[in-house]
Amino acid sequence: MSVEDKIILIIAEQGLLDVTDVNLEATLDELGIDSLGVVESIFAIEEEFDIEVPFNANAPEKSDFDISSVGSIVVAVEKLVAEQI
Amino acid sequence: MNRVVITGAGTVNALGGNVQQTLEAMREGCSGISQLEFRDVDRLSVKIGGQARGFDGARHFDSQKIVQYDRFTQLTLVAAREAMEQSGLIFSGELAETAGVVLGTAAGGINTWDDNFRSVYEDGKNRVHPLVVPKLMNNAATSHVSMEFNLQGPSLTVSTACASSNHAIGLAFQMVRSGMTRAMIAGGSESMLTFGGIKAWEGLRVMSKSACRPFSANRSGMVQGEGAGVFVLETYVDAKVRGADILAEIVGFSMTSDASHIVMPSKHGAARAMRGALLDAKMDMTDVGYINAHGTGTSANDKTECAAIVDVFGAHSDKLMISSTKSMHGHLIGGTGAVELLACVMALRDGVIAPTIGHEIADPDCALDVVPNIARNAKVKVVVSNAFAFGGMNAVLALKRV
Repeated sequence: MSVEDKIILIIAEQGLLDVTDVNLEATLDELGIDSLGVVESIFAIEEEFDIEVPFNANAPEKSDFDISSVGSIVVAVEKLVAEQI
Repeated sequence: MNRVVITGAGTVNALGGNVQQTLEAMREGCSGISQLEFRDVDRLSVKIGGQARGFDGARHFDSQKIVQYDRFTQLTLVAAREAMEQSGLIFSGELAETAGVVLGTAAGGINTWDDNFRSVYEDGKNRVHPLVVPKLMNNAATSHVSMEFNLQGPSLTVSTACASSNHAIGLAFQMVRSGMTRAMIAGGSESMLTFGGIKAWEGLRVMSKSACRPFSANRSGMVQGEGAGVFVLETYVDAKVRGADILAEIVGFSMTSDASHIVMPSKHGAARAMRGALLDAKMDMTDVGYINAHGTGTSANDKTECAAIVDVFGAHSDKLMISSTKSMHGHLIGGTGAVELLACVMALRDGVIAPTIGHEIADPDCALDVVPNIARNAKVKVVVSNAFAFGGMNAVLALKRV
């Protein structure tokens, strides 16, 4: 399973959605994931990929980790995974 | 209905080992937040906090007692002794049979939980000390205060996360006001600065790694503190008859529940609690000169709290001073309202408004007078103390100068 597929699965689970309902352009807000859901999704991502995600819920827009869309999360996670190797 | 006054105060926290040291630090705008020191701190991503560093329980309790006392109980007892000494009150006879103690804590004996879980899970031991349960229970501090000062009336522990102490003080206030009892000890404590305690909070991703900067646009989250604040409450008449030094009068209390979200605060719940406290106090909002804010330094709290203040006080909100002393002592969670009440007493009694330190950049969403960085001399008649907890439970106290 690719990084993209895994992230879509995590976000779908968090939003109680079918994976086919999660596209890369969607924002988490559009998928019905609130701030607590964001923090839970990031935890699930950290566990899945064994990475540390730099994210402060006080100022998501200022975090180094771009969560503005599903696609941006995929890119950010791919970068973190690559850095780890 | 009795008038209810405070005649004794005591504390231990990151700013000092007693009330005088704490108020001096608040006046000077000192920070008690520094690098945490405890086992496994290197495995944390958040490594700062407001530890009561100078506090050594062994200096206050003998070896037979200290095995019974988790750190949150130790901090509470030392604060209670200071408050009782100042009040000069002695609980005996009928007074002892009707007076009690109400204290707040969120995590109770978490140091004891942490140490013993480590022992049985990590170290693989199969035996724990026989007093683990009475040491870790949330009412341990309350019970030991009742025993030390002979309080035989209504005693209980309140656990409403960050509002625990305000709830505790408010309930004790209501008991004295209603005539149920003539005196109560009230306050709260917290000692969650352990590996497990901080690790749990890290998960929420609202903790700052650098500093607590309430109302500052460059805030980066909350910082935890530890300590205790304890007060002696009694009727105004009794205090007068005894010739006691009255620190302040508690005039109003209100509790509300947001009934909406487990961690996100609600402007309406907060506003209703502030309004309720003023209504209970029969005070006009224009009487209020200072609000000790909940002011956690998280984006969610600060913006919501400021909006709630504007909602309640309207045009008068521009004339109010609002500060968060959490910037100095950290967020004591279940003990925080008790330590913050000291800033309220200082405002009323000494005419000194504690500052919000670490304030660097004005936040347009918090466009109020947050007393940035430097304490201010100002005479105020009525003050309000806010506490808004996770779980949406809000407790607001109103106090008046006597």
